[in-house]
Amino acid sequence: MVEYWPFFFRWLHVLSGVMWIGLLWYFNFVQIPNMGKIPDEQKPAISKVIAPAALFWFRWSALATVVTGLILAGFNGYLGDALMLGLKTGVSSEAAIGFGMWMGLIMAFNVWFVIWPNQKKALGMVEVSAEDKAKAARTAMLFSRTNTMLSIPMLYAMVSAQNYGY
Amino acid sequence: MKNPLESLHMTIVMGVVLTVVLHIVVAAIGAAPGV
Repeated sequence: MVEYWPFFFRWLHVLSGVMWIGLLWYFNFVQIPNMGKIPDEQKPAISKVIAPAALFWFRWSALATVVTGLILAGFNGYLGDALMLGLKTGVSSEAAIGFGMWMGLIMAFNVWFVIWPNQKKALGMVEVSAEDKAKAARTAMLFSRTNTMLSIPMLYAMVSAQNYGY
Repeated sequence: MKNPLESLHMTIVMGVVLTVVLHIVVAAIGAAPGV
């Protein structure tokens, strides 16, 4: 029973992480590259319906991933050593999970404090000038791309940490 | 100069490069004695 809760939170962490990164990749691999191919009169279907719904699950699954990940690390007893990137202990798995955690934290920060506020302007949920709207859309896109770039080493770090010290 | 993050392909390439760097750094930390 003692070992059930780390497993349970790992399961929640993977569930929420799949939703978060899945939606991140939906934006970057599907929505953004294809917006230009959609006729102008049909664009509101994406900007007024699909994107706001996707952004809702995107930002809350990002938060859930961070919370369940920190709880999991706490249960497993490596939270502090991993956040110090294993430099104190010289343990590869703690270095790997630590780099993954820091990249995940940076990505979640980007979601909540850069991408979401700028998407609200870009999608017209907050009234701004046309110039600010275009600027906000570009900022949101670039930070979304930053997160896509970071997701590749972040997932490598997360998965590799399970395979050290066998 | 165009921001490389504007290209999805360049984004993936940079992600893979970062992964290689990460692998090397993690291996180096594992090989070094703890303090």
